[in-house]
Amino acid sequence: MSKIKLSVNQETFQLEVADDMPLLWALRDTIGLTGTKYGCGIGQCGACTVHVNGSPVRSCLMKAIDAEGQDITTIEGLAVGGELDVLQRVWIDQDVAQCGYCQAGQIMSAAALLANNKKPSDEDIDNAMSGNYCRCGTYVRIREAIHTASRFYDASREGTS
Amino acid sequence: MSDNLTNLIIKGLQGHKLDRRTFLKLGGISGAGFVLASALPKTANATDQPSLVGSVDLNAYVSVGDDGKIVILSGSPEMGQGIKTSLPMIVAEEMGANWDDVTVVQTSIVDTDRYGLQWAGGSYTLNMNFELMRQMGAMARDMFLSAGALLMELPKHELKAENSVVFHPSSGQSRTFKELVAIAYKQPIPAVEDLLFKEREEYRIIGTSKSQVDSLEIVTGVGDFGIDTRVPGMLYGGYVKSPSVGGKLISANIDEIKREPGVIDAYSIKGNGEPRELMDGIGIVGTSTWAVFKAKGKVNALWDETQASKDSWVDFEKFAASVDSPTGDREVVSRGNLEQVFADDSNLVIDSVYEFPYVSHMCLEPMNCTAYFQEGTNGAKDHLEVWIPTQSGPGFQTVAESVYGLSKDQLTINIKRMGGSFGRRTSSEYVCEAIELSKRSGKPVNLTWSREDSIKHDYFRVGGFQKLRAAINADNQLVGWEEHAIGVQQKGEPVIGSGFRDNAFPLVNFPTVRGTMTLMEMNTLCGPWRAPWSNTHAFVTQSFIHEIAVATGRDHAELLIEMLGEPRWLKKGDIRSMNTGRAVDVIKLVTEKAGWGREMPAGRGLGLSFYFCHAAHVAEVAEVSVDDNKKLTVHKVTVAADVGPIVNMSGALNQVQGAVIDGLSTMVGQKITMENGVIEQSNLHQYPVLRIDAAPKVDVHFIQSDNEPTGLGEPGLPPLAPAVTNAIFAAIGKRVRKMPLIDEGFTV
Repeated sequence: MSKIKLSVNQETFQLEVADDMPLLWALRDTIGLTGTKYGCGIGQCGACTVHVNGSPVRSCLMKAIDAEGQDITTIEGLAVGGELDVLQRVWIDQDVAQCGYCQAGQIMSAAALLANNKKPSDEDIDNAMSGNYCRCGTYVRIREAIHTASRFYDASREGTS
Repeated sequence: MSDNLTNLIIKGLQGHKLDRRTFLKLGGISGAGFVLASALPKTANATDQPSLVGSVDLNAYVSVGDDGKIVILSGSPEMGQGIKTSLPMIVAEEMGANWDDVTVVQTSIVDTDRYGLQWAGGSYTLNMNFELMRQMGAMARDMFLSAGALLMELPKHELKAENSVVFHPSSGQSRTFKELVAIAYKQPIPAVEDLLFKEREEYRIIGTSKSQVDSLEIVTGVGDFGIDTRVPGMLYGGYVKSPSVGGKLISANIDEIKREPGVIDAYSIKGNGEPRELMDGIGIVGTSTWAVFKAKGKVNALWDETQASKDSWVDFEKFAASVDSPTGDREVVSRGNLEQVFADDSNLVIDSVYEFPYVSHMCLEPMNCTAYFQEGTNGAKDHLEVWIPTQSGPGFQTVAESVYGLSKDQLTINIKRMGGSFGRRTSSEYVCEAIELSKRSGKPVNLTWSREDSIKHDYFRVGGFQKLRAAINADNQLVGWEEHAIGVQQKGEPVIGSGFRDNAFPLVNFPTVRGTMTLMEMNTLCGPWRAPWSNTHAFVTQSFIHEIAVATGRDHAELLIEMLGEPRWLKKGDIRSMNTGRAVDVIKLVTEKAGWGREMPAGRGLGLSFYFCHAAHVAEVAEVSVDDNKKLTVHKVTVAADVGPIVNMSGALNQVQGAVIDGLSTMVGQKITMENGVIEQSNLHQYPVLRIDAAPKVDVHFIQSDNEPTGLGEPGLPPLAPAVTNAIFAAIGKRVRKMPLIDEGFTV
């Protein structure tokens, strides 16, 4: 067991975790942020995707103790100051979800993509999103939603407000 | 702990929730140049909350606050099929409510006397609840009209209700629901037989697109899934069962497990031998799901496997290969003189054998349940509270009574949103396991299966084989049709999904036909899996119809239409029987929309299929290309469906798009096998699923006939596989008769 400090969504949490406990379970069971989902535990479904220093990471594969000192953002931290991220808004607007269980991970992967690539092509989206499985098959809408969101990023960058 | 943070988010969201529709209109932000920044919602203050204090129940499903906010209950479980949105839309429509004023809340109790069915399945939830929802809405509207008549001193029959306003068209007078609610709830409750319903032309909500009522919770991570249940004092739990179903626990290293880090206690638990209730196992409670998962891995148990499954997929294959008769011993349907048409030398006879594997449900949210069993003290009764992601709350009431002797008044059942189900969450073993752990630990326990548990202890879509033969006369007409399923039985009865039923096209309507089965006894658990029977029967029959079209040189669509015959309901007045005219209509529409018959480049083809199930007529065309390395690209799938009037257009489209992609995912790579009773796959590395890069475009067209409205969770899936395999044949001339495609050398 180790005592660690985790910085999650710009808040610091002190916790005691088993040395091998994945970040996923520290978030869900120790800190209590259940938006990050357990799907497979072997890094193949992407439901547990969070940002570590801005990069998408499968939190089921990263040990909690290794996340100490890094900036972790979960789906609960994507809306800043009570304002939804563009992706979250488009996801609602275009009614992307079906069961919704994978969507936190989908959105976190999409957010990391758009942070680095404001105008992703279909191929860019495929590359960035192929690690996120959707059992309900909402891929068509996920692709459309990322394109829509990228238009808004683009519009705001051009200052057309 | 982050209670503060989570509470903050939830608090913020509750405010957003009410306002969101004023800034988030479906399709409203797709225009280029529209900037969101100024439209962001402010954190709401308390007065924006739907005040249940000061609100009144107009009936079991509808209550209205003195602020005019409307709460509509959702009684049916939500698993991603959209029922929590579509049923309240029907209520709001008949009520004359403004959808922006509506908040939908899941019923907090299971009470079928009050709320009706409260289960979901078979794609019939919408159909079975439509009338009740209309009544609830119309009842509420009637009470508002009565109140309006009183307040405006106008004849009630001259008043109308729209957008949460009662108005008098000829004079222009109006009163809002908010102004009327205090009077409305005192009005006499109209008798059901006196209710007036809207005509379809008057609909303003039904038929439009609404985002799911839980969309905001889903995208912000505060969704109400079962696995996220947190109760004060709660422990985390796990349960280890015999690797082959039916094994009895002899002994286990319980004392060692108790010493594992994070483990609070461990127990040997005796089951009742019913796999859908409680099997023998080792129960563990601990301080985190991770601690419990780790401890489960350390369990060393001795199982008595005398009565356990010894199933082997290889043995099943051998059994199927040993069956050489075109006719099986168990008859399902027989009509006309089939022997004669097959014996007639002037008829061409063609035959084929198809194969499809067991597949897993793979619900992304693993099986889980939270239970809190409290022993009654001082003469009070025992009480059980459960938080279950389940398709049927009433189903668990029955199990609680039979297994634990708990009556309805001793139960509190919280129905949680399901992270997918597809037929999986209809059993109660994951509930009983949680109950056992709570009983022994005295604490609330959140029991979560690992992904490996969820695959290995699934109730699979049953695999099987099927022989088909057809007789074709000198005029290239189909004159005889025979199917012989080689499937699976348990205790002498076919398992759910094995073979076919007598109401399946073309067995249901073809004049000279025989359907039989030969079954092998197997113990592997099977259950309903999205469109049971149909999901394999469509592949088999709709591929074979294409084989007949190819063999006779006829156009596939034209042959299908001929097989359907004169337009008619097969059983008049029964929407669960096929309407051949509607079947033809969807075939004609899909071929038109997909450009059926157009010239295709080499290596590219179109494939057609039609199927009727779950009261839905659905035809699909897949456009597929196959390269020299057998890499498959599904460019586009065009769908035409008739399920009557569409309630939520966005949800309906989503279900069909998803069913197409699910169907493709399943046919491409998924296969469950077993040896000596043990399932050989455990996680996604052995069970490949479709990723976004292989997802086709899906073009959906609805014929909104006067069919009764019905659901779309299942019927979009069955036609997909044969549409794709028929397209593969059109592209490269190879007939695929076996699933999954990767076993035939294809990749995506």
